[in-house]
Amino acid sequence: MSEDNLPAVKADEEHSQVQVAEPIPDPGLEPHEHRITDIDPKAADRVERQISAMFTLSTLLVLGACVAYFVIPRDAEIVFGPLSGNASNMTLGLSFGLALFLIGAAAIQWAKKLMVDEEIIEERHDGGASPAQETATVETWQQGVAESGFGRRKLIRRSMLGALGVIGLPAIVVLRDLGPLPGRSLYNTIWAKGIRVVNDVTARPIKPSDMVIGQLVNAIPANLPPLQEESAVEYQNARAKAAVIVVRIKPGEIRTKPGRENWGIDGILCYSKICTHVGCPISLYEQTTHHVLCPCHQSTFDLADGAKVIFGPAARPLPQLPLAVDAEGYLVAQSGFTEPVGPSFFERG
Amino acid sequence: MSEKRLSLSPARFLSARRRHRSAGLVVLLFGLLAVGSAYAAFAPDNAVADNSAQSQQIEEGKKLFAVGCASCHGLNAEGGSNGEGKFAGPSLIGVGAAAVDFQVGTGRMPAMQPGAQIPRKTPAYTQEEIEALAAYVASLAPGPAVPGQESYDVSKATDDQVTRGGELFRTNCTACHNFAGRGGALPNGKYAPSLMGVSEKHIYEAMLTGPQQMPVFSDQVMTPQDKRDIIAYLKALQNQKDPGGFGLGRLGPVSEGLWGWLVGIGLLVCVAVWIGAKGVKAKGAKAE
Repeated sequence: MSEDNLPAVKADEEHSQVQVAEPIPDPGLEPHEHRITDIDPKAADRVERQISAMFTLSTLLVLGACVAYFVIPRDAEIVFGPLSGNASNMTLGLSFGLALFLIGAAAIQWAKKLMVDEEIIEERHDGGASPAQETATVETWQQGVAESGFGRRKLIRRSMLGALGVIGLPAIVVLRDLGPLPGRSLYNTIWAKGIRVVNDVTARPIKPSDMVIGQLVNAIPANLPPLQEESAVEYQNARAKAAVIVVRIKPGEIRTKPGRENWGIDGILCYSKICTHVGCPISLYEQTTHHVLCPCHQSTFDLADGAKVIFGPAARPLPQLPLAVDAEGYLVAQSGFTEPVGPSFFERG
Repeated sequence: MSEKRLSLSPARFLSARRRHRSAGLVVLLFGLLAVGSAYAAFAPDNAVADNSAQSQQIEEGKKLFAVGCASCHGLNAEGGSNGEGKFAGPSLIGVGAAAVDFQVGTGRMPAMQPGAQIPRKTPAYTQEEIEALAAYVASLAPGPAVPGQESYDVSKATDDQVTRGGELFRTNCTACHNFAGRGGALPNGKYAPSLMGVSEKHIYEAMLTGPQQMPVFSDQVMTPQDKRDIIAYLKALQNQKDPGGFGLGRLGPVSEGLWGWLVGIGLLVCVAVWIGAKGVKAKGAKAE
């Protein structure tokens, strides 16, 4: 430690320190006690061998990992009782991980046992700069201001401030790349009058007689186009908004909302599958209680009561799709949804 | 009695006695006798009709039902009374043999105690007894029958079918049963059970009958082939190995993160303690 970094001893009156008696007397350093390796050269040699053995083993393990990478087939399995795993992954991970650990362990062992362990005291020095340094700094700064003409040449100063002010503008302009405004697309789905309600995955149409009390069908509109690479985004958007669940509830247990008397068929009701909170797809349906639960934030809707929210953060009921039966006896939509599906958005409040 | 009265014709006799004190009783007795005899004459003869094996099975099931099930489900399976604080089992009329085979075959019924969820346990009845109970309940009203072996046999399922079953499973089942079929929580203490280790037949029956909270997936909407594919997927899932040995519930990042947190940070703490520990000192000795 150089003497320059030590505090100036009582340099001037302004920085005088108030002397406070120590509440507990400074015990000072304990008398230094030597380690066994300090007094016994044989012990020190033994530790040296340990440390070098760890470094050597680490070297061997790294080389072993390199060999294992080429030697062990990728699909080989290690089976050890209930434990099993990919042989290549396990060997590489264990050997390389252990090699790293051994380097660290050797270094710590070296520091703990062989390097000097004499305790030393390093006094904390005063944090502030000396008054002479402070004055010098202020003087340098003022000299710089004067020499650059920052205060005098107003044209440069103003244009520079202007340039620095607008430098962030491109960051705001490129936000436009987040995409075009959604327009009316949030209000509409591909459901429309006469579109058949079909099973998700199998695309099979549904007859009312196919459904028994307590049934749940995860359904999509029949006019959902097949997934193609060039229209994948449109497909996903259409599908994500149009997914519905169809349930059959005992007609006596349904409390029909006014104006929805003919929206169901003998207790068959169809609701949007998209939670009105933040849009998770929900089909966690309990047929005994007619409740559907959103696994994301536990919003619970009572499908027998117009999908009323009975628990959780959702702000509005699931939109209901009015159902009808077409000439061939299959379930169809009477119309599209009468309200936007999914979570709230800015224009809707 | 006078001679004059004895000479009356039967009609005149009845007419004369119709206001007698015991006339009402006599008529009642006559009526009961007539109805009883007529019933005996026209009612099906039990001793003859019950000779078929099926009827015997139903009779056997009825006896078992009266002993093991009727206290909750009612003597005629009409459902238990819903008195104050009393547990009422639902009506079993029309649930079909498949529901009985599932509920009793997986040990859920007879239930140990009423509660939010009736858990799966070791079945209390033998397969024969279950069949008798199922036959009895099925005889009450039409309902889904126990599926045949060919409906749920997935030993010859192709990879395509397993893939399709996975798609169907993720669309219709994962909401409750977890993407790996390990089950999940439902509101109010209920839960969707794990599907690992459940027999093919019972998975099929559960989809067909919708036990407890589970919705029904009827054969008309989700065809037997769809159901078979789902079962094939579940069996493929069950036979999948867990790399490293432990699946940790196959719950994904939650359990894996907890494991990493506890074991990983625990090891780091051990190393930190070792680094900070003072080694053995040689008391009073001086360095050479």
